[in-house]
Amino acid sequence: MSLMLAADVNVAQNVSFYIIAAIMVFGALRVVSGRNVVHAALWLVVVLGGVAAQYLLAAAEFVAISQVMVYIGAVMVLFLFGIMLTRATIGDEADLNNKNWSIGIPVSLLLAGTLVWVIVDQYGGEVLASPEEPMSTTAISDVFLREGLVPFLALSFVLLAAAIGAIVLARKD
Amino acid sequence: MLGATLSSGWFLENAWLIPLIPAIGFVFIILFGKKMPQNGSEIGIVSIGISLAIAIGATFQWIDRVNSASGGSDYASGGFFGAFRAIFPTAADGGYGASFVEPVVKSWTWWQSGGLEFGIGQHIDGLAIMLLLLVTFISFLVQIYSTEYVSGDRRYTHFFASLTLFSAGMLVMVLAENMLQLILGWEIMGLCSFMLIGHWWEEEANSRAALKAFFTVRVGDVGLLVGTAIIFFGANDWAVEHGSNGFSIRGISAWALSGEASQSVLFWGGVALFIASIGKSGQFPLHTWLPDAMAGPTPVSSLLHSSTMVVAGVFLVARLYPVFFVGFDILDTTVNFITIIGGITIIVAAALAFVQDDIKKVLAYSTVSQLGYMMLGLGVGAWLPAVFHIFTHAFFKCALFLGAGSISHSGSHHSFDMKKDMGGLAKKMPITAATWMVSTAALCGIPFFSGFFSKDEIIDNASHNGYQFFYYVALVGAFMTPAYMTRATYLTFFGKPRGAAAGEHHDEGHDDAHGAAHADHDDHNGDAHDDHGAHDDHGAHHGPHESPWRITAPLIVLSILAIGSGYLNAPAFGTHYFTDWVEPVGVEVALDDEYGYSSGEDESAGIVLAAVQAGDEEYDVKAKGCGFADPSEGTVCYAPKLSHAVFSWSKAMPSIILVFAGILFSAWVCMGIYGDRRNPFAGLTSKFAPARWVHTLLVNKYYLDHLYEKVIVFAFAHPIARAAYWVNQNILDGIVNNVGRGGRRTGEWVYRNVDQRVVDGAVNASGLAASEGGHALQPVQSGKVNQYGALLFGAATVGAIVLILVNI
Amino acid sequence: MYAVNFLILAAVLFSIGVFGVIARRNAVMVLMSIELILNSVNLNLIAFAMMNNSPEGHVFALYVIAVAAAEVGVGLAMVLMIYRNRRSIALDELSVMKG
Repeated sequence: MSLMLAADVNVAQNVSFYIIAAIMVFGALRVVSGRNVVHAALWLVVVLGGVAAQYLLAAAEFVAISQVMVYIGAVMVLFLFGIMLTRATIGDEADLNNKNWSIGIPVSLLLAGTLVWVIVDQYGGEVLASPEEPMSTTAISDVFLREGLVPFLALSFVLLAAAIGAIVLARKD
Repeated sequence: MLGATLSSGWFLENAWLIPLIPAIGFVFIILFGKKMPQNGSEIGIVSIGISLAIAIGATFQWIDRVNSASGGSDYASGGFFGAFRAIFPTAADGGYGASFVEPVVKSWTWWQSGGLEFGIGQHIDGLAIMLLLLVTFISFLVQIYSTEYVSGDRRYTHFFASLTLFSAGMLVMVLAENMLQLILGWEIMGLCSFMLIGHWWEEEANSRAALKAFFTVRVGDVGLLVGTAIIFFGANDWAVEHGSNGFSIRGISAWALSGEASQSVLFWGGVALFIASIGKSGQFPLHTWLPDAMAGPTPVSSLLHSSTMVVAGVFLVARLYPVFFVGFDILDTTVNFITIIGGITIIVAAALAFVQDDIKKVLAYSTVSQLGYMMLGLGVGAWLPAVFHIFTHAFFKCALFLGAGSISHSGSHHSFDMKKDMGGLAKKMPITAATWMVSTAALCGIPFFSGFFSKDEIIDNASHNGYQFFYYVALVGAFMTPAYMTRATYLTFFGKPRGAAAGEHHDEGHDDAHGAAHADHDDHNGDAHDDHGAHDDHGAHHGPHESPWRITAPLIVLSILAIGSGYLNAPAFGTHYFTDWVEPVGVEVALDDEYGYSSGEDESAGIVLAAVQAGDEEYDVKAKGCGFADPSEGTVCYAPKLSHAVFSWSKAMPSIILVFAGILFSAWVCMGIYGDRRNPFAGLTSKFAPARWVHTLLVNKYYLDHLYEKVIVFAFAHPIARAAYWVNQNILDGIVNNVGRGGRRTGEWVYRNVDQRVVDGAVNASGLAASEGGHALQPVQSGKVNQYGALLFGAATVGAIVLILVNI
Repeated sequence: MYAVNFLILAAVLFSIGVFGVIARRNAVMVLMSIELILNSVNLNLIAFAMMNNSPEGHVFALYVIAVAAAEVGVGLAMVLMIYRNRRSIALDELSVMKG
């Protein structure tokens, strides 16, 4: 396979990428096709963990850590709480999909086909240089607190507003 | 360098504080208002009071500046600031109205985008000074009045917060240095008017009125954005070349008069901007929101709908007058867009005022009609009379609204219904009645009251500038105004007391009676009553009586001004202070190359002037002067050179006669219809069919609301929805469901639509096709989120594929 | 390592997420599918950051993570409210917006 033999492609990196990618795609398919809500949530954990692993492969350590803490630590807990509080059936459910679910197949296949085609057309054969060292947190924080300061502050407000909004919405009265 | 010798001062240089202080006051009211001893109203009053003080200081310094420019002419300003005024050498050939007074312009960079700098600052000239003073003054009085009028209201603090922010918005707009700042203030006002009109939103009619006001004005706002964009793209290149930019008001004015501006850009920009004015200033056909907006508390009506918000549209036209002047060719035509709209508005609104039972609605339509006069004045080239009418109108209309509030507060048990709950109040409420009469006289244009001096000037100038037809339109309006005001005055203050005015208590029937009589409006009466239920101590329940001082004091001040303000510019008595102080002088101004456009610095941005060229003493109107001929090399014009009609009593006679005729005729008719006196008019509408038809038409407000709500919404929204339904039924379902059923359905559809229709004939077919096609798209709006998602992603994908194929 | 690897993986995850949004009936499941979509976008951002060897892509990914967290918080609160009011979070029963 020519893919594997390119000069500066790190074989081990590639192998682990494909393994993780396969697990992720499988997990993602289970998330959207499974009949059990709780299982779907747990498969989502697998996918999100896989994304974190891919970040590590891409030398994005800080983002990977954030991914683990925010998604797997916080968001997933929220999801599980949401599932429990809305009293989803524990176990299989017959009608997790809506009646017109089949329309999603052509739409997503079309979408995937278009995207893959465009990507291969544009970036096919482009090789990513394996960075000697991971992206340093210092570099990220420099961007965050210089050019990215205003969006950073705006984002803080978004989070605050979301927290308040969530409380207001979920409050019982 | 004469530009440097113009006097200035702290107040003029820092006029930008005027809107800033109420804006800060607003924040404080919101944050701390409820904890204050007076629930926040004191913050509002103090902040507006400080602004008023600055505005007064700025006014004096502006007068001083004008005098220093014209070399201290002997008649202006007397000795107000004589002590502070240096004696400057007389300008070239000085004299009345010949010298250019440079506005005090400041600009700071607000934000930058793509190499464009957007400024925020102040543009202080006579017009801005006049409105700054007016707005702060009226706001101040209204706030004092409100402390009594809405005391005990459940949202008292919020009321003052909105009121204060509203004033700030208007002030931001008035001293706007560029169009973006103007839009900012304009929109703040729109928001606050929504909050204030819907102050008692628990009543559905009130929140509907607030929404109506907001949306109707927004229809016009589209015009403001489009117009600003058109003008910007037209003006920017020229303005940048001359040290300004396409948003700057000075830049736009100079560009419009430079002779290099494209006539069609100016025309379409002017049309778009005027549409904004139509919406904001309640001109026909977007005037329908203004009477409904009376659902707000009375102080709000008096502030928003007499002297500030609705004047914003007139201000916009006055501010960018060069654009309209050149775009509509104002002095070379006998009819243009502005005069048509203004003329229609005068008559249409005045006619509606005759059939209203709600005293505030009479005043609302009267406001619309008077705004028509202002627009007409601007349209016929009578810039100064129109602006002067803003000035005088503010005082007497505010007094009338506050008077109506005083009546409902203490005289008619929170009712505004003239027929049911008023009558004979002149004896019970002498101060309110007296101030009302004075203001009415001013509104009608009775000689020696302020309205006469401004309105008559507009009428006179319409004829002077060749708009003969609109001269007669304005005269008809001058007849109608006193007629409907006489009717309102008669019903309110004379005749026999009725309902609440007679001291009747009808708490039970109150809401029902009003709900039935005015199913679609003015339910605020009942609501106001609810709100005041908590404080019965003011004694409305013990029959009519005079209002407390916090209500009567503003009334007295305003009614004195309703007489006095006219003498600032009473040509009959030879005064023209207002002209001197406010009117921009249309002379060529030399550009100084040394100073470029330097926004971002504190010092004056925009076109900096070096020398002032004196205007010709004996100019020929059609031949010479700014706005008629292009400015010579190296000079620019900021205002067109307008000529004024010369006042004479003989020219004023027709309108004076018509005013008195209106009063007498109306009084006679009113006595027949509402009083005991028998005359041919008693029971006119029941005896005489055409009169009844006219009455019905007017009561239904020309069916304009029907047009907007039923016809237009139906004609556009419905077919679109039905078209969506069709697509879903025939296309989407066809795909999702099995092909066979889709095929059969298509067959049926073809059978129904092609076979049957063709047979049935073309007329039938076209009608049905529209309705079928309409139904078709509806199910796209299924309300199902998943379906929306499928459509969204599907459409995005298809769009992406199209883009890819196109770009290959 | 080829750039297309990451990009294609992201594209596939994105499409799967889209399918989930369209097909799922349970509102919580739809939110999960949206998380899939957001994560695939993040993968793209990281891949491009690697391609250009610049930290901006990482910063954007972090923005997306923060916004996603906010979105989940509000989204689940809304789902809870809908559940309290209607005793069901099946999206096809929610058709108040029907035109």
